[in-house]
Amino acid sequence: MDNDVAIQVVNLTKYYGELLAVDHISFTVRRRELFGFLGPNGAGKTTTVRMLTGVIKADEGGASILGYRAGSLKAKQVAGVVPEIANAYADLSGWNNLMLMSELYGIPASEARQRGASLLQDMGLFPRKNDAVKAYSKGMKQRLILCMALVSDPEVLFLDEPTSGLDVQSARLIKDLLQGLNAKGKTIFLTTHDMDEANQLCDRVAIINKGRIVAIDAPEKLRMATSATHSVEVSFDNVVSPEVLVNIPGVNTVKKLGDKYRLYTANPGELVVSLVNYSSSHGLKVISLNILEPSLEDAFVALTEKEAKHG
Amino acid sequence: MADMAIILQQAQRSLVIARKDIRIYYSKGPVVIFGILFPVFLFLSFTIGRQLAVDFMIPGLVGMILFFTATSISPIVVPWEAQARTLERLMSCPVRIETIIIGDILASFAFGVGISVLPIILGLFLGVTISNSVIFALALILAAFCFASLGNVFSIPPTNMPSTVNMISSVVKFPVVFISGIFIPLDQLPAWGQAIAYISPLTYFTDIARGCIQGRAHLPVAVDLLVLLAFTALFLVVAMKLHQKTMPRRI
Repeated sequence: MDNDVAIQVVNLTKYYGELLAVDHISFTVRRRELFGFLGPNGAGKTTTVRMLTGVIKADEGGASILGYRAGSLKAKQVAGVVPEIANAYADLSGWNNLMLMSELYGIPASEARQRGASLLQDMGLFPRKNDAVKAYSKGMKQRLILCMALVSDPEVLFLDEPTSGLDVQSARLIKDLLQGLNAKGKTIFLTTHDMDEANQLCDRVAIINKGRIVAIDAPEKLRMATSATHSVEVSFDNVVSPEVLVNIPGVNTVKKLGDKYRLYTANPGELVVSLVNYSSSHGLKVISLNILEPSLEDAFVALTEKEAKHG
Repeated sequence: MADMAIILQQAQRSLVIARKDIRIYYSKGPVVIFGILFPVFLFLSFTIGRQLAVDFMIPGLVGMILFFTATSISPIVVPWEAQARTLERLMSCPVRIETIIIGDILASFAFGVGISVLPIILGLFLGVTISNSVIFALALILAAFCFASLGNVFSIPPTNMPSTVNMISSVVKFPVVFISGIFIPLDQLPAWGQAIAYISPLTYFTDIARGCIQGRAHLPVAVDLLVLLAFTALFLVVAMKLHQKTMPRRI
């Protein structure tokens, strides 16, 4: 076992009846890596996380966490988990939820109290620590669940859509904490469908669609590999029909976005010249003109659509 | 040695889970209604207005309260946790499914023993005597564990609705009370009635209780204890084996 490997997944497979939810996937996450796991709804992200965290069993293949078989007590002991749809115990206080987790991980009481207080401070929950969780807002609950995952000081952290549906402040707080943990050497496995989040946080991302991994790379490399999705965003001082714009040389597709148009092209430089020529010859004034690099979202859409066509 | 260390570690974590259950579930409505109010009112409806001796009533009352209280928590915890979305978090902790099951059973066991002390105190206050208190205490503890394990078996079907599980358990629990020598002693039942009574674990506790309080046991104490032990082992094995299959399906 390579000491630099935190998570090793080999041929991992899960069926739900006839449905092949996760289809023989293999990948490796290195230690201290912040690894994103992206995919549309129903792609197999949560099923994969549940197999890695030992909540459900794989039908074929397997995985290891820091060299321990996924699902074993040792693998669970070194991991912290924030499940996709999870609640803390609503009848217990935030503090008692934290202490419960620390006892289930066998953390000595004094260490648990010290770490628990520090985590609640960091997450802005300390003043409400003795309140029952049922009185917490959604953002507070999610921050508490993250504290519960961290109270054992795990080497590997699994987070399934941790910022989904949260207010901006809570999401920002969680993202900052994840970056801080990663900087301290923790390995983080993050599933998300938020491309900005993945782009900002992750060292590498895997894209899963229909149970299969369609790409694994650094976000920047995935983005740049999607050459067909360069675009130019333009707005004029007068109404121009999309049918006219699509006939400008070099334009592949036109998309109306509010008062702007996004023109997809293989050659953005030439298109800018064509647009300037078009506007001066038709007496139009260009209000704004931007060349856009393909986003991770463009890469994601291109890769998942390509997979759908081949699938 | 390593195995023993893991067993001890998991036993300790079962206690943590039991303590969590005690904090959360003892005050839940279904527990109070099905665990305490129901058996008390059922018993009162059968005894009020009838000239029954106190030493006949108390063993039946203790047996029924123990049966209902010890089977009131263990069936609802797992479906309740699945419904409240706390089960996945618990399952991802370094605990085995067996550890979770034992924790839930222990919480139900403690509830059964704790509440059953009340009718015993009532009986002592009313003048009944317990001839062999060690055997009686042993039987109470064993029966509470047996009934709590049976309660856990009721929660095996992977439904996340505690009310559905309560319905399933009530379908079993009510007939069991009527065939277990609570209202009619075993030796007054016809042969076919006795044959049915022998399939109920409650029969064996009631028999010991009647032996210790009334001095009238139908079976030897050792047989009662051994059969209770066998039922406990059966319910535990069934609960552990089948929850392994159904618990992940609740997520």
